[in-house]
Amino acid sequence: MKDLDELRQGIFHGQKRAIARGLTWIEQGRYEGKLLAQQLFSHAGHAHVIGITGAPGVGKSTLVNTLTLHLRNQGFKVGILAVDPSSPFTGGAILGDRIRMQDSVMDTGVFMRSLASRGHLGGLSRATFGALTLLDAAGFDKILIETVGAGQSEVEIMEMAHTTMVVLAPGMGDDIQAIKAGILEIGQVFVVNKADRDGADHTVRSIRSMLALSSEHPDWMPPIIKTVAEDGRGMEEVSQALERHHQYLIEHGLMDRYRWSQTEHVIEQAVSDLGERLIRQARLNSDWAKRVIDVGEGKIDADRVAEQIWHQSVQEE
Amino acid sequence: MIRVLVAKPGLDGHDRGAKVIARALRDAGMEVVYTGLHQTPEQVVDAALSEDVDVLALSILSGAHPTLVPRIMELVRENGMDDLLILLGGIIPEDDVENMLSAGVAKVFGPGTDTNDIVRFIRERVKDE
Repeated sequence: MKDLDELRQGIFHGQKRAIARGLTWIEQGRYEGKLLAQQLFSHAGHAHVIGITGAPGVGKSTLVNTLTLHLRNQGFKVGILAVDPSSPFTGGAILGDRIRMQDSVMDTGVFMRSLASRGHLGGLSRATFGALTLLDAAGFDKILIETVGAGQSEVEIMEMAHTTMVVLAPGMGDDIQAIKAGILEIGQVFVVNKADRDGADHTVRSIRSMLALSSEHPDWMPPIIKTVAEDGRGMEEVSQALERHHQYLIEHGLMDRYRWSQTEHVIEQAVSDLGERLIRQARLNSDWAKRVIDVGEGKIDADRVAEQIWHQSVQEE
Repeated sequence: MIRVLVAKPGLDGHDRGAKVIARALRDAGMEVVYTGLHQTPEQVVDAALSEDVDVLALSILSGAHPTLVPRIMELVRENGMDDLLILLGGIIPEDDVENMLSAGVAKVFGPGTDTNDIVRFIRERVKDE
């Protein structure tokens, strides 16, 4: 499976191997992968993308597993992307989200892929957007993205997902204070998992009082749902809340607005790739060292050098 | 980036060795998918397929390798995963090693293997892109 057209056809037909190989191409960040993602983009835009974020250990993977079983029962095809952190020292990673997703992933209507963050900050990986586009084009109705265990700043998920679900667990106590300015602001649905433990109601109240202070959501009041993902309790309410939010987005024209900004993002990404290519070329150029010296000595501004590099590349083409 | 699935097919409940290997491969800069205990051959191959790994590292201590490994190889072939490097570790009697190799396992690593040898073997066999 090496040919781009063959791969694309396989993806449209929902073939597991084609989807898997396509994701590898996109992750590798090579030219063929970018081309594939670009070609698939116009076929995407149909899925409802749901982000699942929260601190490590609150039960995100277990929740994704149970939610997937639930969504399958309703007839939806489900794609799952689960991001785990890469080691900043070796670049290696242990991707363990599959351990808790064994019940759901064997189903033919489910595709699950583990992604390593590969040095990307923000809770996702650089390839997440391309991977999302691929699963969307492959015909999955619901795409669940599980972020790395997130704290205050891993809020990138809100730009990728239509609906962001923030998962908490009882006993976090003052931790809620700590994250109020971070992921608590981006949730459209809140889940208090492991709700059979002491303190679940306290956690619910803390979230509610936090949300009362926020004016982020003029028309949408984020529901707070208690769940026990291990045995499926609360999962019906979660899937109803997700569906309600999806309807809300459609009725308010927000899905179209999202698609518009995603398309803008694709163009921005292409432009920034072009910028990176310019830098690579400029560094290979024989006058690079001279430019570095001149900027260092204040003979010329870096902005001016950037313009020179740009003009040079236009002339060469 | 080299991607590896460390899998424990069958019923034995010992994954210490598998976890040691997973960590060693991570520390060597690889991405290691670990799926936990008690996997069926179907689950193992489905995970290898979806995760599009370069290497499938099987750990079997139950003695069931004569049935598990051929079944896994059959599924690997059915799915056309001809570029997958398959390694086997755990308790594999000397007399069975030849059979495992002819079934399609690239190498058998017994107890006491230096993890560096495994890392070296993978790096020799897999082109890192």
